[in-house]
Amino acid sequence: MDLFTIADKTFSSRLIVGTGKYSSPAVMVQAHDASGAQMITVAVRRVNISDRSKESLLDYIDTSKYFLLPNTAGCHTADEAVRTARLGREAGLSNWVKLEVIGDERTLFPDNEALIEATRLLVPEGFVVLPYTTDDPIVCRKLEDAGAAAIMPLGAPIGSGLGIQNANNLRIIRECARVPLIVDAGVGTASDAALAMELGADGVLMNTAIAGAQDPVAMAEAMKLAVRAGRLAFLAGRIPRKMYANASSPVEGLVGR
Amino acid sequence: MNGDAHEVAGPLTVNELLARLEIDGRRVAVEHNLVVLKRDAFDVTMVRDGDEIEIVNFVGGGVQEG
Repeated sequence: MDLFTIADKTFSSRLIVGTGKYSSPAVMVQAHDASGAQMITVAVRRVNISDRSKESLLDYIDTSKYFLLPNTAGCHTADEAVRTARLGREAGLSNWVKLEVIGDERTLFPDNEALIEATRLLVPEGFVVLPYTTDDPIVCRKLEDAGAAAIMPLGAPIGSGLGIQNANNLRIIRECARVPLIVDAGVGTASDAALAMELGADGVLMNTAIAGAQDPVAMAEAMKLAVRAGRLAFLAGRIPRKMYANASSPVEGLVGR
Repeated sequence: MNGDAHEVAGPLTVNELLARLEIDGRRVAVEHNLVVLKRDAFDVTMVRDGDEIEIVNFVGGGVQEG
């Protein structure tokens, strides 16, 4: 059994999924089920005090089946992210956080300086910090040194669906990291997730690729299989790339020679 | 409260405030003057005039708010 351990928790699935942008809660529930994921990330937001009619997300998520990972999406400073993480801990009764500090609205690239600062503040408070970062090996090393439980570099900008843009950086990060490596954001389709895993990622986190697909439930299953296939291929060890052909059949005993 | 001014007859505890707003206290987190409250403090923390309260819960969102 190929298990995936982060901090004190062990999962059999290496796919982490989100809860945003679904056309309906029913589709989300089916997609989560089809993905085989065991960890789901959720955003922390103000309760609408004047309109209490809206249903809670937790009405739809079976928390005995899924581990909830609160995120700090939308936070733009270390201070906002730290406050949100603390609130998420109290709302969810878990000390895990997917830490996001956004540095720019258009690209949604993280503010790595603020991210490292927030990680340094949250780790001593007992948080299991999973930071969303750029695919920069030095930043990943600093996050790890700050006590991050995993590092989560992007494959491409959030929601872009561009796939893995800098495979070489991910390889370098893989080689250097001593904590789990999760590719977070940028996946567009199943082959992107498989490639991330083939490069040696321990897991993949995605939302839009599933929620935004024409058939989110089918895409969720595709992602489950892709993550599994990529992981198996990584463990199996691929053949080296060569310039020229290398016949699979014996060259001796050919008819007419 | 959550960035807007609200008039509530008081004094009252955080738990009483949540009850008055018809909010299920088990599913939210509350920040009182920038300090996040432990759940068992809801019953003993008093809300006073001029206090800043944030009440949050979980919503759908994988990455940036969708």
